[in-house]
Amino acid sequence: MSMKCDLVVVGAGPGGSMTAKTAAQAGLKVVLLEKRQEIGDPVRCAEGVGKRALCEMVKPEPEWIAAEVKGAKIYAPDGTSIVMSEDKSGSEVGYVLERKVFDRALAMQAAEAGAKVMVKTRALGLLKKDGVPCGVSAMRVGEPLQIEAPIVIGADGVESKVGRWAGIDTALKLKDMETCAQFLVQDNTIDDEYTEFFLGNSIAPAGYAWAFPKGEKLANVGLGVLGTRSKPGEATRLLKDFVKARYPNGKVLEMVVGGDPCAGQIESTTSDGVMLVGDAARQTDPLTGGGILSAMQAGIMAGEVASKALTAGDVSKAGLKEYEDRWREDIGKHLTRSYEFKEFFVKMTDDDLNQLLGSLKKEDISKMDLRGMLRVLFRLNPKLLWELRHLVV
Amino acid sequence: MLTVNRYKCCYCGACVGVCPTCALELVETFIEVSPDCKECGICTKICPVGALEVKA
Ligand SMILES: Cc1cc2nc3c(=O)[nH]c(=O)nc-3n(C[C@H](O)[C@H](O)[C@H](O)COP(=O)(O)OP(=O)(O)OC[C@H]3O[C@@H](n4cnc5c(N)ncnc54)[C@H](O)[C@@H]3O)c2cc1C
Ligand code: SF4
Ligand code: SF4
Repeated sequence: MSMKCDLVVVGAGPGGSMTAKTAAQAGLKVVLLEKRQEIGDPVRCAEGVGKRALCEMVKPEPEWIAAEVKGAKIYAPDGTSIVMSEDKSGSEVGYVLERKVFDRALAMQAAEAGAKVMVKTRALGLLKKDGVPCGVSAMRVGEPLQIEAPIVIGADGVESKVGRWAGIDTALKLKDMETCAQFLVQDNTIDDEYTEFFLGNSIAPAGYAWAFPKGEKLANVGLGVLGTRSKPGEATRLLKDFVKARYPNGKVLEMVVGGDPCAGQIESTTSDGVMLVGDAARQTDPLTGGGILSAMQAGIMAGEVASKALTAGDVSKAGLKEYEDRWREDIGKHLTRSYEFKEFFVKMTDDDLNQLLGSLKKEDISKMDLRGMLRVLFRLNPKLLWELRHLVV
Repeated sequence: MLTVNRYKCCYCGACVGVCPTCALELVETFIEVSPDCKECGICTKICPVGALEVKA
């Protein structure tokens, strides 16, 4: 079977659905492909997002918000903790989502805007004419399907192939990927009001552990380990230890695993007729691993640029340059900064981490944003943070 | 040879993202290994559940 459209989007995660919705709203004929039979399932996410940035893009719906938090607590390896309030602690807190419902709701919005959603449909490769991509070949419930389209969006997540098919090397090095495991834990000791972050090289080497509340005494409890510090099965093994130590009576109701890119800006996210969005473009925050919002933001940009490029009749790499420029100006700058922090953070010993968080004990940081807190940290620990001085001023 | 323990695999796709030769494919709920695999073992390190193993 074959079909024709203006834009084919591979992957119905937050990035793909926002691209499809934006492009369909601009009047494009859009097909959104998802290889899974159920959008959003299985989840590979801790589901934390910043409230403000999310609400700028979509109207919050109670059915996909599992919990709302007041702020974040960060624990040093020695147990010292600091508390940051919600409006100051940046993009990782605010809401904890129910992504199975959220991802489907976004796909539904794309469908309502006019996009054709096709599930259990896996892209297998790019169709090419004179070497230039002009659609995708796919398999739909075991049957071949060809979709011709002048522009293809790769929103195909951590396992992205679209970029590679188009000649963009998106393979991640072990030092640029966190390997993660997470349990949905029910326990009476769970803090329902704060997201918690636990640092320490024995808890999560060159990563961190987290507990994000999901309503009544339930939380996503997980951890990420830097690829270079991992062994086969290490993330799950360390998580079992962590849960046993922190929630000895906790009950595990769900298991999630996944890879979270922490690569910073990659060299290219466009080629003739192709744009990459979200995890496929490695747009995840390298320090925190948060990638829902940046995937959605990039999706909106890609949808707008697709519409403009088709109107202008130029879908070449040069014609799609506006996408590259726009996301780098906005998301990209943040990624670069965050990547430098990550590269520094992964070298820290437990003593360093204890010193840093300990130094904040006597300071009132409750009203500070991340930048303000960094400034204080730098004032108190100039030697330790010397390498980061250019980021702090 | 790279082996995939499909009883362990949680089909998360992390291994696909790090393979330098693009030899892996996540087909919804299972991993396929193509002949392009160079048995470098990179993917085995990233697997959160230890489903991948390079066997002699
Ligand atoms: C353990 C863990 C915890 C995380 N916690 C957070 C968090 O708390 N907050 C946060 O903001 N981010 C978090 N992230 C990151 C976040 O999950 C991702 O950044 C986000 O899902 C990216 O969205 P996306 O649309 O780019 O990709 P995805 O949501 O991964 O969607 C990609 C989609 O493409 C589909 N697909 C892939 N290949 C094909 C193909 N060939 N054909 C058709 N469909 C295809 C996939 O099935 C998938 O549905 C976490 C990640 C992990 C692993
Ligand atoms: S990384 Fe491991 S669990 Fe994830 S898809 Fe690959 S083999 Fe399966
Ligand atoms: S062993 Fe190396 S080449 Fe083979 S699939 Fe794993 S990462 Fe790819």
